Amino acid sequence: MIDVLKSILMLTGASFMLLAVVGLLRLPDLLTRLHATTKAATLGVAMVMVAVALHFAQVAVVARAFGVILFLLMTAPVAAHVIGRAGYFVGSRLWNGTIKDELRPHYDPITHELRSGLEGDELVEGGMVIDPAQTQTTDSSDDEETSSQQSG
Amino acid sequence: MDIVITITLVMMAVSLCLAFIRLVMGPSLPDRVVALELLSTLIVGIIGVIAIATDVASFLDVTIVMALMAFLATIGFARFLERGGPRDD
Repeated sequence: MIDVLKSILMLTGASFMLLAVVGLLRLPDLLTRLHATTKAATLGVAMVMVAVALHFAQVAVVARAFGVILFLLMTAPVAAHVIGRAGYFVGSRLWNGTIKDELRPHYDPITHELRSGLEGDELVEGGMVIDPAQTQTTDSSDDEETSSQQSG
Repeated sequence: MDIVITITLVMMAVSLCLAFIRLVMGPSLPDRVVALELLSTLIVGIIGVIAIATDVASFLDVTIVMALMAFLATIGFARFLERGGPRDD
């Protein structure tokens, strides 16, 4: 019984790893490749580790196997986020079929600063009086106004 | 059981070869970093299967160290890329 369960877990884990690699090869873009590899490979390794825990069935080995799974589940999203962020900084090209890049109008590639585009609207919604002398920056106020008009 | 282990190892070896193709021909450096991270994740899975095949539980320590090294290498590569600024390769 445990042998059958182990075999199923190992085969499905290897299949997920193979799917992750096929996604890495076939998808057109850095971000889509990250999307394929992170989740599928993590699921594959988690299944193999569950098979290892079933095979040995000792407390120390099961604890270590679940430690590996927990560590992968914690580090894989962080690593994918950091690589995606670095790829956007570096200026890696997006796929031609990308229909929306929501980061581009709010992102300054020189200083790496992000604007939400709602800096002026928050004061209005809060019912407070807008004092032009108290608005934060003067050099980027034109961009904020135009972007808030577009979003409104 | 031996047949299942052999099939699993063959599938993982094919996966390693395909990931190596992306590592070699990846158009930009972040693509190569993604391929390297996937390679190390695949190696973690292979070591797990070998631990089952050889009945040696100490291989799990190797997997823990491998996962940790892969994470640190990825973070280091990402810091290196962010320092460098825009690049066209």
